[in-house]
Amino acid sequence: MTQAPVISVRNLVVEFATRRGILRAIDGVSFDIMPGEVLGVVGESGAGKSVTGSAIIGLIEPPGRIAGGEILLHGKRIDNLPAEEMRRIRGRKIAMIFQDPLTSLNPLYRVGEQLIETIQTHTDLSASAARARAIDLLAEVGIPAPERRIDGYPHEFSGGMRQRVVIALALSAEPDFIVADEPTTALDVSVQAQIIQLIKKLCRERGTAVMLVTHDMGVIAETADRVAVMYAGRVAEIGPVRDVVKHPLHPYAKGLMGAIPTLEAEAERLVQIPGSMPRLTNIPKGCAFNPRCERVMDRCRIERPEPSDPKGDLSSGAAIMPGHRVACHLYDGGAK
Amino acid sequence: MLAFVIRRVLQSVAVMLAVAMIAFVMFRFVGDPINQMVGVDTPQEEVARLRASLGLNDPAPVQFGRFIWNALHFEFGTSYQFRLPVTQLLAERAPATLELAFTAAGFALLVGVIMGVYCALRRDSVLAQVFQAVSLVGVSLPTFLIGILLIYLFAVILGWLPSNGRGDVVALGGWWTTGFLTKSGLRALILPAITLGLFQMTLIMRLVRSEMMEVMRTDYIKFAKARGLTTRAIHFGHALKNTLIPVITIAGLQLGSIIAFAIITETVFNWPGMGLLFLKAVQNVDIPIMAAYLMLIGLLFVMINLLVDLAYGFVDPRLRVAMRA
Repeated sequence: MTQAPVISVRNLVVEFATRRGILRAIDGVSFDIMPGEVLGVVGESGAGKSVTGSAIIGLIEPPGRIAGGEILLHGKRIDNLPAEEMRRIRGRKIAMIFQDPLTSLNPLYRVGEQLIETIQTHTDLSASAARARAIDLLAEVGIPAPERRIDGYPHEFSGGMRQRVVIALALSAEPDFIVADEPTTALDVSVQAQIIQLIKKLCRERGTAVMLVTHDMGVIAETADRVAVMYAGRVAEIGPVRDVVKHPLHPYAKGLMGAIPTLEAEAERLVQIPGSMPRLTNIPKGCAFNPRCERVMDRCRIERPEPSDPKGDLSSGAAIMPGHRVACHLYDGGAK
Repeated sequence: MLAFVIRRVLQSVAVMLAVAMIAFVMFRFVGDPINQMVGVDTPQEEVARLRASLGLNDPAPVQFGRFIWNALHFEFGTSYQFRLPVTQLLAERAPATLELAFTAAGFALLVGVIMGVYCALRRDSVLAQVFQAVSLVGVSLPTFLIGILLIYLFAVILGWLPSNGRGDVVALGGWWTTGFLTKSGLRALILPAITLGLFQMTLIMRLVRSEMMEVMRTDYIKFAKARGLTTRAIHFGHALKNTLIPVITIAGLQLGSIIAFAIITETVFNWPGMGLLFLKAVQNVDIPIMAAYLMLIGLLFVMINLLVDLAYGFVDPRLRVAMRA
């Protein structure tokens, strides 16, 4: 890889101080995202996907805080910036799209007002130039008759159209990186596909990098270049999306991919992973997945595996592509 | 929109008819008006003649119709105590009450919103805690006690402000008197306005605080932050506007009660307004004044409710659609 990453996350630790003690929502997460790349992040609820996104954009609300590690934007640390400098980065360099387009827009302001406000916060454009740019943005995200719709209120748009407006807002200042936190979860299936296509198109045309947080493996398989599987605040497996989907290595990732229902396989019951993710107050020692793992070894209960290139027991015999890393003792070449 | 306005106006008329009914019934059941007008030694024939001339022998519906008709022409009869038309008495005193009420409402709204926003944004600061504690006192202390305490402190001990009356007033256009234009008028206004507005102020402050904290948790505020908008734009553009919608309703409705319940404050400060007039009317069973005052306050509440509903639609675009439908 010759290009420099847009975003690098290094050993990120996020903690929440609660009455019952300090919870580690994120514990040592690392990954890079290249320009124009879509990194899918999957995992169960509470695995730390959204918190990772919020940490990157600097919007962890107290009592949460970044307790360790660093976040680099174009090689420069941003996690320790003063609030005002971070605010200037938000929207201009890093944008975020939220799950629910119905509640992401302020109901009392016209769509155009919200767009123009965002554009003018980050650029020196005049009011009329900002308006022209807002209309262009709406056209770009596929809103018909944008010069008319710009004066509409959010409630006059359908869910899918609102998510397009949200994307237009995120694109206002041409950010290099977008955190998309479950952007399609609240939408109809047919609309989901349109929004995913739109995000892909924007990445391709603008070279924007995207971190796509979702629990929908279908969306990941369709959109992402690489995928990170998160479990209990850690990255269990990360790699090129085809490789991870076709040849998952981590027992949890295997379970997750196996749980995707297909029309061809006429299973009696849907496949599921037994048990549930541990509470953050009660993460087991060693590998967090060990109580649910079919192939658990003594070592898994003591020693925590770190993400590394897989060696040894590659049961499927498939060629593992470069950049496919897994945090599991099965693949460190030693243990059987 | 038009259909909505018409519907609301018709509802208002219905409410006013009900109020008029109560005011009318008061005439019939709170003593015999004739007894208030005539002396002990008036001959029976004279009483009967007076009763007939006043139309008191007509059937109740006819009398009620006449009452409504007169009310529509601002005719509420003659005060038993003052021997003057009630309308004239009320009109003379309305400016005093209205100036007091609007000053109190303005004070309550301005200070209440500022304090509420401060408490919501600086939740853990010492000053916010103090505001919270003081507001609890403001909500729980009765108005007359606050008035008396203020008089004791600022008029008796410190001697800074007058405790009594309206100061010098200036007549405007022959039908309005104002205390805003003289120094003594303004000074006289301070204590009663604070007394009258304090309860509403604490109410508005607590409402703004909780509403704003609620709004700050919403997704669109998070999204506004994620777009890198300035803190000022988020707090005072996005959050405050959403906060103020329910506040408008409450504040508007409170204006009605400020005017209606100015009675107590006016009594404490001997403020020459309609409230004081009403209280004297109650003491002297001066039913025409009581009835007219009842109608007036009813009309005020109905009008304010109507305006608040319309203002609500003006601020919230979502309701404009609902109104059109």
